[in-house]
Amino acid sequence: MQDPNLIVGFERSDDAGVYKLSEDLAIIQTVDFFTPIVDDPYWFGQIAAANALSDVYAMGGKPLTAMNLVCFPIKTMDIEILKNILRGGLDKLKEAETTLVGGHSIEDNEIKYGLSINGIIHPNNILTNSNAKVGDALVLTKPLGTGIINTAIKGGMANDKVIAKVSESMAALNKNASLAMQEVGVSACTDITGFGLIGHLCEMVRGNDFGMVIHAQKVPYFQEAREYAQQGLMPAGTFRNKEFFSKWVDPASTMPPFISDIFFDPQTSGGLLISVPREKADSLLIQLRGKNVPEAVIIGEVVAEPKEKIIVF
Amino acid sequence: MAIVIDARGLSCPQPVVLTNRALGESDAITTIVDNEAAKENVSRLARSKGFRVETEEKDGLFYLQLSLERAESETVRPEEKTGSTVFLIASDAFGRGSEELGQLLMRSFLHTLGEIFPLPEKIIFLNTGVKLVVESSPVLEDLRVLGEKGIDILACGTCLGYFEIKDKVAIGRISNMYDIASTLLGAGKVIEL
Repeated sequence: MQDPNLIVGFERSDDAGVYKLSEDLAIIQTVDFFTPIVDDPYWFGQIAAANALSDVYAMGGKPLTAMNLVCFPIKTMDIEILKNILRGGLDKLKEAETTLVGGHSIEDNEIKYGLSINGIIHPNNILTNSNAKVGDALVLTKPLGTGIINTAIKGGMANDKVIAKVSESMAALNKNASLAMQEVGVSACTDITGFGLIGHLCEMVRGNDFGMVIHAQKVPYFQEAREYAQQGLMPAGTFRNKEFFSKWVDPASTMPPFISDIFFDPQTSGGLLISVPREKADSLLIQLRGKNVPEAVIIGEVVAEPKEKIIVF
Repeated sequence: MAIVIDARGLSCPQPVVLTNRALGESDAITTIVDNEAAKENVSRLARSKGFRVETEEKDGLFYLQLSLERAESETVRPEEKTGSTVFLIASDAFGRGSEELGQLLMRSFLHTLGEIFPLPEKIIFLNTGVKLVVESSPVLEDLRVLGEKGIDILACGTCLGYFEIKDKVAIGRISNMYDIASTLLGAGKVIEL
C-alpha cells in the first residue's frame, strides 16, 4: 500500500518526489548525476548543480540542502580537476542559497558528478507536470539544442564560441524562472531534460483530456544545433526519443526534419516549460524579463482537441 | 584508394568523428556501424560533405558505402526546403517615403532582429542594401551580433562592384546571383524589405 503522505511519486515521470510532513509543509527530494558534458571542470560542476536543482524549481519549491555524489579516478587523474568540479557545484549552490551538507565519493575509471537536493514546499502549492488547463499558454525559458551541441563537443567538432554559449545556458539556474511563475500563479510546469521538448510535452498530456499545439517558428533553439545535426552530430538519445514519443505527435503536424531533430533532442539542464492561464501569460513574460530570463517566449497553447496529442505547426 | 572504417561497438559521435577524418583523405569510404543512430549520423555527415550513401544491412551490421558526387553538385540545386526564413534586403532604407526615416527604421529593424526568435537563416543584401555591410555602415555592430548568432550574411557581388565598395566589405561574404537565386528558391519563406 502506498504511503498516504507521498504526494508526488514517480508514476507520472514527474521531476521529483514530494512527501508531506505536515498540513503546511512537504519535502521535495531529487537526485541527478552524469559524466562530463563539457571539458572545463568548473563549468561541468556548475552545470551538474544547476541540473540537479532544476527539479525542485520545476515544482515551485525552494531548495534547502544538497549532497555531492562523486565518481573520480583518483589514482590516475589530477586532483585539481575534482577540486574545480566541486568548486563549480558549490558556487551554483551559493547562488541557489542552498547549503551543502555532505556527500559521498567512490573511485571509478570515469568521472561522474551530481547532487541530491532537498527542498521544501507548501503542499497546496506543488506544481506538477500534469495539471495544465485548456486555453493555457505554454512558455519555454531556455533555447533547445544542447544535446546536439554537447555531441559536437564530445566529437571535438564544436567551436569555442558555441561551447561558451551553451555552457552558460546549461549552467543558468531555473531559480528566477521558478520565482517568476510562483509570483504570477501558473497551472503546471516541468523542466525540459532527457526526453526532449516533445517527450516532456507528452508527459504533460498523457492521460489528460487535452492536447497541445506548438508553433515551431516560435521555439527558441541554438542555430548551431541545426548545422551540427545536418553533419550527423545527433546524440543517440534523440533516436530513442523519436522512436518512443512520435506516436503522441498528431499526424496533422508539419515538422520539417531539422525541427524534429531539435524537438526530440535530449536537453541537459534545459529550461522550464510553464503552462500558464492565457490572461496571466503577459504578466509572466514581464516577470521573466524583469528577473533576467530574457529568452522565455510563448511557444504554444493547451487545446481541447485532439486529446493526448501534440500538434506542431 | 578505398578506406574501411570499422566503427562497430562505438557510440555517437565516434563513428562520425572517424568517418569525418577519412572523408578528407579519400573519395571512397566504407564505414561499418552496428546501430541505427550511427547509421543515420554517418549518412548525414557524408551527404553534408557531398558524398553519396549506399547502405547494405548484413547480420545486424550496416555497411555504408560513401562515394564523392561530382556531376550533380555542379548543377543548381535548391537547398532542402526546411521552412527556413531568408531576409532579402534590397535597399539601405526601410520602406518608401522619407529616405532619412527609412534609414533610421532599417537601423532599428536590424537592431531588434538580434533580440527576437526565431532568427532568419540568411540575410541577403542587394542593390543599395549592400551599403549596410561595408566599413562605414551604421548597422555594422548589429550585423556582427547577428553573424555571431549564426546567421549567414550574403552581399551581392555585382552590387558591391557597381557602387565600387567591394574592397570595403566588413561583414558577411560576397555572393553571386547563382547562390542568391538558389537560396531564394530553396527558402521556406522569403521576407523582402
